[in-house]
Amino acid sequence: MILSIPSASTFSGDIDGLVTLVSWLVGVWFFATQAMFFWLLWRFRARDGVKSQYITGKEPHLKRWINIPHALVLVCDVVIIIAAVRVWVKVKQTLPPPDDNIKVVGQQWTWTFQHGGSDGVLDTADDIWTSDTLHVEVNKTVQFQLESKDVLHSFFVPVFRLKQDAIPGRTITGWFQATQTGNFDILCAEICGIGHGIMGGRIAIESPEEHAAWVQAHTVVADAGTATIDSTAAVSAGATN
Amino acid sequence: MTHHAHAESHGAGHAAHAEQNWFLKYFWSTDHKIIAMQYMFTGMLMAMIGGFMAYVFRMQIAYPGMNVPFFGHVSPDAYNSLITNHGSIMIFWVAMPVLIAGFGNYLIPLMCGCDDMVFPRLNRLSYQIFLLSAIILIWSLFVPGGGFGGAWTAYPPLSSTAKYNLTPMGSSMWVLAVALEFAAFLMGGINFIVTAMNARAPGMKAYDVPMVVWMIVVASLLFMASVGPLIAGAVMLLMDQNLGTGFYNPDRGGDPILWQHLFWFFGHPEVYVVLLPAMGIVAEIMTVFARKKMFAYKTVIYTVIATGVLSFFVWAHHQFVAGIDPRMANVFTVTTVLISIPIAEMCFLYIATLYGGSIKFTTPMLWALAFMAEFLVGGVTGIYLGASGADIFFHDTYFVVAHFHYTFYPIAIIGTIAGLTFWFPKMFGRYMNETWGKIHFWGTIIPFNFIFIPMFWLGMSGEHRRIYDYTNFPDLAVPWMQQLRIVSTVSLVIMLLFQFPFLWNFIYSMFKGKKAPANPWNANTLEWTTPSPPPHGNWPADDMPTVYRGPYEYASPGRDTDYWPQNERA
Repeated sequence: MILSIPSASTFSGDIDGLVTLVSWLVGVWFFATQAMFFWLLWRFRARDGVKSQYITGKEPHLKRWINIPHALVLVCDVVIIIAAVRVWVKVKQTLPPPDDNIKVVGQQWTWTFQHGGSDGVLDTADDIWTSDTLHVEVNKTVQFQLESKDVLHSFFVPVFRLKQDAIPGRTITGWFQATQTGNFDILCAEICGIGHGIMGGRIAIESPEEHAAWVQAHTVVADAGTATIDSTAAVSAGATN
Repeated sequence: MTHHAHAESHGAGHAAHAEQNWFLKYFWSTDHKIIAMQYMFTGMLMAMIGGFMAYVFRMQIAYPGMNVPFFGHVSPDAYNSLITNHGSIMIFWVAMPVLIAGFGNYLIPLMCGCDDMVFPRLNRLSYQIFLLSAIILIWSLFVPGGGFGGAWTAYPPLSSTAKYNLTPMGSSMWVLAVALEFAAFLMGGINFIVTAMNARAPGMKAYDVPMVVWMIVVASLLFMASVGPLIAGAVMLLMDQNLGTGFYNPDRGGDPILWQHLFWFFGHPEVYVVLLPAMGIVAEIMTVFARKKMFAYKTVIYTVIATGVLSFFVWAHHQFVAGIDPRMANVFTVTTVLISIPIAEMCFLYIATLYGGSIKFTTPMLWALAFMAEFLVGGVTGIYLGASGADIFFHDTYFVVAHFHYTFYPIAIIGTIAGLTFWFPKMFGRYMNETWGKIHFWGTIIPFNFIFIPMFWLGMSGEHRRIYDYTNFPDLAVPWMQQLRIVSTVSLVIMLLFQFPFLWNFIYSMFKGKKAPANPWNANTLEWTTPSPPPHGNWPADDMPTVYRGPYEYASPGRDTDYWPQNERA
């Protein structure tokens, strides 16, 4: 495997596969070109009594050595483009029907997560807000709404191979489906001011039982209302200091 | 106007200027060679500043929280300012002035066989404005609030809004410096184009022009065609910062992504603006030290032009995940990956030039060859990023950092040193020391790879950019990743230390080096036909060169010598 980090979403394997394909295609060219380059340097090093040759580049038997590889590069390019577009369309241009909905809001310098709660629908009474950890259920398609309150941020979950910039004034929709449980980093991949180096969070990918228990435990708090509002307020206050 | 009339009018001008005092000669000189050296030395000084910044922030990454020797504690805002200004300096105040303005000014009149630039006073003004821009940039590091820290790409709203970036003065001065710098290079660019097109020696046809002149002209055309939108964008950014306009502010109906389009519409051609002069320098050196004609000279020029044209249609590959319409990524991934067609052709033709050669591994040649070997790494890793699906993961990770340093480092450092060591005997009439040159070469190239190869690996493991302390993130704080960061940093320190022998060699040889003849490398192009260093006016006004053949007639059959200067009568 090329990438040495866990692969934890349904499309991370596609992206890793694309990376592997590109590695093979450009790797072969890279090593072949370097080998040719160093061989020429050795073969045509200056030696006493050996003059260089007068070659214009119009000689058909030499031009072949340029033209055939060049055509093959074009073929490789077409393969890479097709593979890249296929992965892109799957990750960024399709929106599978969601099992759960979340909203991710970036602000200097924290992520705030609004979970759909027990009904999986946003902006209902059972929503759960957190500011450090995003809780999702494994093997469920999660649709996210990504927003920013101030500057550009970028929602980056390396184990999902997922990245999307958050832009103030817009809501960007995307999705993921986790394939293994565990706790992983959520990063901000777009420089967002002096706190950029501390802006991050964790994603907790939970089994159905764990997730249900977490939702259950926090819905009670959410119903009371105050705790949630306090925590969001604390986050905002912390960020504006 | 005939060429000779042109030369005479300038010759008379030079005579009248003979009594200039020291100040006028060095501060108001319109001699293209003096201006070229001013650009080069200013660029080298800025490179030292930019290199020092890299040392400071790499120390902070490897050993978070340490007191960096010669700097002190690196606070998060200082860190952001260091990375921002390192990038800005290395591209706008090192690569641009040295490669385009420095070599362009020095080489175009000498290689085209004319006495000076067509617009010498505009040339002078260009440097003065450039110097002003450099002073403003350095000054911005010391104003209240500190230097701008929003990355060299300066994405708004962070760059446009003081309450977000917390550097109200620093960010405005940064934008002002960048805008002035672009204005300076616009003036330089028009000079390069007009001089190379209109002031060539009699007999020098378009396809007799040396590769480096072609490339600087194409680079200047790219620059002039792409920089307009960015200057407009920079002015809008200044107005957003200081006058309360809302071009990039969504609350006032503006759009932050507008800046990204304007920036990268310039920013991607800019890569080729600096790449092409470096490729040109490498072509001159490879042909001389392989004693070879350029393989398929015309095809190389066509690939340069094709690359230049294509480079205007790839900019949004920097914005795949920036929130643009995702369908746009499909268009831009096609254009981006296809730019490998002319670039691969160009690299193949360069490598083919070595075939049948008689290759001498002098210091300039080692640098030129290293350019090829290292630039290939930068080229192929660009495919990963141009492939939209893979860029979802790689965007803004250290993979990108490693990739573009494998392109920009060969361009701005390797290409520059290749050119400096190659034309040093022409500039100063003396040789540089070869032994020290080779020590410097290996001491730079080996650590260079140890700086950036770990970064590919870190980027593939999800390490994102512009973070002053990775121990804040559990998955990135693991020991093996920190050890790779230390490898990078230690290699950087070694590489920087190896620049001192070069500086010493450069300064010592300038005054005390072995005397060099007019044509020490037995090269063909016109600059080697005039004494070293060339006098004011380059050639005697009544003995300007005439050109009879192309620039790369090495090992031409039926001749005793293996070179054939362009101005030698058949």
